[in-house]
Amino acid sequence: MILLTVLSLPFMVREPVDLPPIVSVELIRISDKTNIPFAPKARKVIEEVKKEEKRVVSEQAPPSAKAKEKPDRIPMPDDKKEKKDLVKKKQNPQEIKPQIRQSSEFEKKEIIDTNQIAALIDKAKEEKAVQEKTSNKLTQSSVKNSFATGLTLSEEDALRAQIFGCWSVPLGLPYDDNLLVRIKLQLKKDGTIMKSEILDHERMNKPGQKFYKVLAESALRALRICQPLKVPLTGFEKWKEIQLNFNPTEMLKG
Amino acid sequence: MKKIYLIILLTFFKINLVHSLIEVDITRGNLDPLPVAVSPLHVDPQSDIINEIKTKELGENISAIVEKNFKSTGLFNPLQKDSFVQKPDIAHLKPRFEDWRLIKAQALITGKVLIKDNKLKVEFRLWDLTASKEMLALAFTTTPTNWRRVAHIISDKIYERLTGEKGYFDTRIIYVSESGPKDKRIKKLAIMDQDGANTKYLTLGNELVLTPRFNPANQLVTYLSYFRNLPRVYLLDIETGVQEVVGNFPGMTFAPRFSPDGKKIIMSFAKDGNSDIYTMDIESRLVEKITEHSSIDTSPSYSPDGKYICFNSDRSGLQQIYVMKSDGSDVKRITFGDGLYGTPVWSPRGDLIAFTKVRKGRFYIGVMRADGSGERLLTENYYQEAPSWSPNGRVLIFYRETKSGPKGEGFTAKLWSIDITGYNERKITTETDASDPSWSSLLSK
Repeated sequence: MILLTVLSLPFMVREPVDLPPIVSVELIRISDKTNIPFAPKARKVIEEVKKEEKRVVSEQAPPSAKAKEKPDRIPMPDDKKEKKDLVKKKQNPQEIKPQIRQSSEFEKKEIIDTNQIAALIDKAKEEKAVQEKTSNKLTQSSVKNSFATGLTLSEEDALRAQIFGCWSVPLGLPYDDNLLVRIKLQLKKDGTIMKSEILDHERMNKPGQKFYKVLAESALRALRICQPLKVPLTGFEKWKEIQLNFNPTEMLKG
Repeated sequence: MKKIYLIILLTFFKINLVHSLIEVDITRGNLDPLPVAVSPLHVDPQSDIINEIKTKELGENISAIVEKNFKSTGLFNPLQKDSFVQKPDIAHLKPRFEDWRLIKAQALITGKVLIKDNKLKVEFRLWDLTASKEMLALAFTTTPTNWRRVAHIISDKIYERLTGEKGYFDTRIIYVSESGPKDKRIKKLAIMDQDGANTKYLTLGNELVLTPRFNPANQLVTYLSYFRNLPRVYLLDIETGVQEVVGNFPGMTFAPRFSPDGKKIIMSFAKDGNSDIYTMDIESRLVEKITEHSSIDTSPSYSPDGKYICFNSDRSGLQQIYVMKSDGSDVKRITFGDGLYGTPVWSPRGDLIAFTKVRKGRFYIGVMRADGSGERLLTENYYQEAPSWSPNGRVLIFYRETKSGPKGEGFTAKLWSIDITGYNERKITTETDASDPSWSSLLSK
C-alpha cells in the first residue's frame, strides 16, 4: 500500500527537467593596463600648444625634461680615437644631412632598377611550371586511387566536389607544417554518416598540436554540413566504410 | 592444422578488407571566411548603471568590437544580427543549435555582463553549432573602464580556439603621425589600439621622430629623435610615461630595435662614412660592434630565439638581405632576386622574414623563409615600406604613400595591414597621416 502511494506521487511521473549544461568557467583577472598615464597630460599640452601656436615653434623637443639634459656619450668599442675625430664627423654635412630626413632606406638613385626583366619573366614561368607539375602529380595519384578503391572517377569527383564546397579551410594554419587529417566514416545507404572516427585522434589533445586539432574540427564540421554525402546508388558494400584524407597544404601555400 | 588454415584465412580476409577501404584525398576547400554569429552579450539587469561606459549598451558594444576584430582578420564572417533567432540571455544558457544552423552559422559566441561594486565581470561561451557542443567558456573581471580590452581579450581567446594560434587583438600600434607639406613635415609619436581606437600623441612634433619600435618582451618603446640635427636613441615606457635618452652617439644612428629578450638594442651606426651594426646593452650601456665591413650595413633584426640577425647590406654591390649569427660570424646572403631588398624583419614565429623590395620603381612588401627561399610578394604599390609583424606572426602592418591630388600632386601616407597569405589587405584608419608602424606584443599574456 505504501509502495503504491509513493509510486502515485506526482514527482515520480514528472519528466526530467532539461537543465542547461554546467560548464566550468575559468575566471581571469585583467590588470588595468589600458590607461596610458601620461597621455592625458600630453593631450592637455597639445591643446595648449594649439592655442599658443607661435610660442610652440620655439619650444623644446619631445622627451620633456630629460631630453634637455646632455646624456653621457656612449663609449664605442673601438673608441681609441680622440675627440677631434668625432668633431670632424659631426661637421661633415654631406654625410649627415641627407640621412636625417630620409625615412626610407632606399636611396633614390637605387629606386629605378631596370635590370633583368627577362630573367624575372623566366623565373615566373619556371615557378608556374613547377606548380603545374605538382598539381598534375596530385591528379594522377587521385586517378590511381580511384581505380584501386572501386569508385569510378566521376563518383569520386562528385564526392570530392561536394566536400570542397562544405570545407572552410582554416586559413590561419601554418602552410609549411605537415598537416593531414584522416577520417574514417561509416555511412548509411543514403549517404548520412553513422560514425566518424579521426584515425590519429590521439594527436587532438597532445600539447603543441593545436593546429591539428583546428584542422580536424574543421574537417568534421565540413562533413556534418555536407551530409548526406553524394554516394553512388549501387555498391554499398564497397563504400559503406570510407576514409577521407584532409590535406590543406596546397591551399595554404596559395 | 585446422587452426593454421583458419589464421591464414583470417589474415588474408583482413588484408583484403584493408585494401578495400576507399580513400579520397580532400586537398581543396572553400576560402570563404568561417560564418560566425556573435550574439550581443546579455547585460545583467542587476548591474550598476555607469553612464560613462553606457552600461545598458555594454553588451552590444563588446560584441561589436569582437565582430570588427573578426572581420578584420579575413578568416571569419560575422553574420548580420537581424537574422539571429534567439535572445542573448537564453542563447547564453543553451543555444537552440538547429535554429542557429539555419542561418548558416558554424560557431556562436554568447556572453553575459555584470557590473557590481565598480567591478566588471564578463563571461562568454563559444559554441560549435555543427557539433552542438561548447568549445570554450571563460570569464573576466576588471575595472569597468577596461571594457574595450575585455572585448579584445575575448577576441583573442576565440581566435586562438578556432585557428590554433595566438590572437593579436589586445595589442597596440605605435607609429609616426605626420602632417603638413612634404618639405615641412611635422612628425609626432602616436600610439593607438590595434583597431585604431584610443589614439594618443606622445610627442609634440617639434623635433623629427623616426622608427619607433616596441620591445617584444614588454611595453617599452625605442625610437630616434633628432635634436639640432643630432640623433638620439630614446627609451619610452608606455605604462609609466618615463622617457630616457640611451644614446647620444657621435654620428648617425639608424633603426634601433630590441633584441627578443628586450635587454639589448641593435642598430646601425655610421662612422667615417661607413655604416655598421652595433648592439647596446640597455642596463650597462655597453656597445658592441657586430659587423665590420666597408659597405653600408643597416636594418638589423633578431630572430626570435636571438641566435641570428638579419640585416641589409650593399656589400655585393646592390642592397640585399643577409643573415648572420648574433655574434656577427657566418654572414650569408639570402636574397638573389633582381631589385633591391631592405627593411628585413624576422617573424615572431621565426619561420619567415618580411622585407620591402624595390623593382623598376615599384615597392613590394613580401615574405620569404629565413634561408631566402619561398619568396612571396604580398602587395605592390607606388611607395610602401617598413613592415612590422603582429605578435602572432600572421599579419604585417606597413605604411604606404599614395598620390592624393587628381593630377598626381600631393601625397598621403597611411597604415595598411596584410596577412601572410596576401588575401586580406586593409587600410587602418588613423587621425592623421601615418608612417613607420610598430606592433606591440600582447598586453595580456
